[in-house]
Amino acid sequence: MENKRTCLYDKHVALGALISPFGGFDMPIQYTNIVDEHNAVRQACGVFDVSHMGEVLITGAESEKFVNYIFTNDIADAPDGKIYYGMMCHPTGGVVDDLLVYKMSPGRYFLVINASNIDKDVAWITENARNFDVVVENQSEKYGEVAVQGPKAEEIVERVLGIGCSELLFYTCKEIECCGETIIVSRTGYTGEDGFEIYASHELINDVWDKLMASGEVAPCGLGCRDTLRFEVGLPLYGDELTDEITPLEASLGMFAKLDKENFIGKEALVKQKAEGLRRKIVGIELKDKAIPRHGYEVEADGKVIGVVTTGYNSISTGKSVCMALLDIEYAKLDTEVSVRIRKKVFPGVVTKKRFYDKNYKK
Amino acid sequence: MSKIIEGLYYAESHEYVRIEGEYGYVGITDYAQHELGNVVYVDMPDVDDEVTAGEEFGAVESVKAASDLISPVSGTVVEVNEALNDSPELVNSDPYENWIIKVQLSDASEVESLMDAAAYKNAIGE
Repeated sequence: MENKRTCLYDKHVALGALISPFGGFDMPIQYTNIVDEHNAVRQACGVFDVSHMGEVLITGAESEKFVNYIFTNDIADAPDGKIYYGMMCHPTGGVVDDLLVYKMSPGRYFLVINASNIDKDVAWITENARNFDVVVENQSEKYGEVAVQGPKAEEIVERVLGIGCSELLFYTCKEIECCGETIIVSRTGYTGEDGFEIYASHELINDVWDKLMASGEVAPCGLGCRDTLRFEVGLPLYGDELTDEITPLEASLGMFAKLDKENFIGKEALVKQKAEGLRRKIVGIELKDKAIPRHGYEVEADGKVIGVVTTGYNSISTGKSVCMALLDIEYAKLDTEVSVRIRKKVFPGVVTKKRFYDKNYKK
Repeated sequence: MSKIIEGLYYAESHEYVRIEGEYGYVGITDYAQHELGNVVYVDMPDVDDEVTAGEEFGAVESVKAASDLISPVSGTVVEVNEALNDSPELVNSDPYENWIIKVQLSDASEVESLMDAAAYKNAIGE
């Protein structure tokens, strides 16, 4: 099947980007190189085309009740403009997808889902909506999206794009009338830095991109550094740290699953798992050597395999070879000595927290 | 356009070998380093290890991927480029100056099955 292209595809080609498939799309991986783009976001400002992300609008009389039924976080009585991170779970507690829920206005919820899961999620949401008075609308084709990320993001969005955003708090959004359409701006991102995400029509997203590039003050950034950035601050990627078989508790994301709220899909399994105790958990590992533990590599201790690497890099911001890994619980304590098999050799390391670099959010 | 040096021998897997007497200096080509992107680790064999033409002897790790190193020649490793332990990025900045291993060749005629500069240039479509 041919991959889809975002509305900015031609711009990426014109910039000489290396293009690779991701989540069913041909996406820019890098324009110059991953290290420079990563550092641009940490130190100044980088811009990502994230138009591949999916958007689903939920409206109707029972929309709050319904979203709270499919979502692990608690959106009851959410103020307009508030954004929540969480998951949709299977009844087993495994994760269908992780997502953001934007409370746009009374009875109107905007769900932002992973590109690779759009078809699965829309089917899941629609199927579970049967007994609720709601309307589910897949708006993924309607919206383009760019993420402006880094310590200079606020200043650049205000000055270059003319969008007032300084009053937006972390994880809030607002709708703005712009060029005859309503666009969404939120203080969110996937890099561990301050930043904004802008959702608009394909045409307007092209204008936004062009203005940002013409300013000469931002670096176009590909999915390569998007992954190194999110990884360093311990953010999960669906497919690596979260899957249909890994629960939010096992992914060390229990704070986003509100087990004390009213019923939601997967609650029973998660409550049971918490009561019985986890058998495995995602933690960080820091290696002593510079060899790189990568997704799927085995983790060993006491002469046996005790887990698997979910994501690993030589951290660009710290220079250390680190990974997130799903380990048997008896080896998941901090400072436990474990090793990672990399090709023919075994490299020693220790269990650490899964956040390797501190977030610099503006809260 | 990738840099290709006359007088070296090239493998389809993008390693080169520079022959000096009974020794061969093995590294990766400019084309390969460019394709890999930022090199952050070079996994090298130990001195006295045997390498075999066509077989893996280590790996070059860039930010995004690990790529096996395939030896273009057979023989015994007599030296590894220690500088790459601290500065793997040297492979990006000058891949021909920064060879990875020095091999005492066991069969000097093996290079005849490798490509010369012109053939390699053709192979990478430049």
